[in-house]
Amino acid sequence: MSKEEIHHPTAKQYFRIAMVLSVITAIEVAIFYLEFLGYWMVPILVVLSTGKFALVAMYYMHLRYDHKLFTYLFVTGVVLATVVIFAIISLFSFGIGRW
Amino acid sequence: MSTDVHNNTHEDHDYTTTGLNHRKMLMWAFLGSDCMFFGALIATYLVYQGKSLVGPYPIDVFDIPVTSVSTFVLLMSSMSMVLAYAALTQNKINGFRIWMASTAIMGATFIGFQVYEFSSFSTFHVDIESCAEQKVKYGKFDDYEAELCSNAKDDHVETHDGLKPQTNLFGTTFYTLTGFHGAHVTLGIVWILSLLFLSYKKGMITPERHLDVDLAALYWHFVDVVWIVIFTVIYLFGVFPFPGS
Repeated sequence: MSKEEIHHPTAKQYFRIAMVLSVITAIEVAIFYLEFLGYWMVPILVVLSTGKFALVAMYYMHLRYDHKLFTYLFVTGVVLATVVIFAIISLFSFGIGRW
Repeated sequence: MSTDVHNNTHEDHDYTTTGLNHRKMLMWAFLGSDCMFFGALIATYLVYQGKSLVGPYPIDVFDIPVTSVSTFVLLMSSMSMVLAYAALTQNKINGFRIWMASTAIMGATFIGFQVYEFSSFSTFHVDIESCAEQKVKYGKFDDYEAELCSNAKDDHVETHDGLKPQTNLFGTTFYTLTGFHGAHVTLGIVWILSLLFLSYKKGMITPERHLDVDLAALYWHFVDVVWIVIFTVIYLFGVFPFPGS
């Protein structure tokens, strides 16, 4: 392993990714002001921020190039966190008052 | 995609039976567990969203353009951090120092925005000359202003209570979540500055010892991805006037 070669993007590619992240953030803010979207704003913003999250994790954190075990460790945490969020919201939305 | 190739060499005792570096493995395990920490804080904020009995509410205090700028600064600091790492692996020590310094400066700028935000929230005030005239002028109030007018003894309302952690459920959950994120960013700045200063000590920061910088970079990118979630879920969803809300 100590002699393993790791492939990383070039500085130019890192810069391009930063530009994509900036553009997505600008789109998010623009969408926020489009009131006619109503509840459609939620899935759109979730998709956009998930895209930003994935770009940073894959390229800046090098998960795309590193060993898969690192990805499994991190994704496990992310999935558990998501489950915790939905579990707590469900518990408080439907559980309160029944105890 | 064209790529740079560099050797990941380090002392053999850092590698375990998994074939992976144990320090890096530990960092990823820590980041995974920190996801759950922030997940719990975000869940708590969402559970209590809209359940504050008194104002100010998110729509009264959030300033989306300002927070968008601070989000942009944090995203750019991530780029700066990854460029510092790339410079080190290419043995460009001056480039490494410049990018590390710019990362620390952008991180400090983000914290500056947060201090400004917390300060403006805590000094938030409402001054309504005449509740009756305001109704005529605008047709309706914001929830918070309407609440203040309905509780007022006379037509004039002035409050300087601001939003503090003890003000309402929104204040408690918001300051806890963003405060812990700010603490993470502050720790990251200290870590980055330590590496920057160590780079002036011969043999401490070298391409062969790039893992020391790699671990700091992973931590820094993590606080960035956490902020990506906070910005969308807390700020954008918190202020948007959903139909019927």
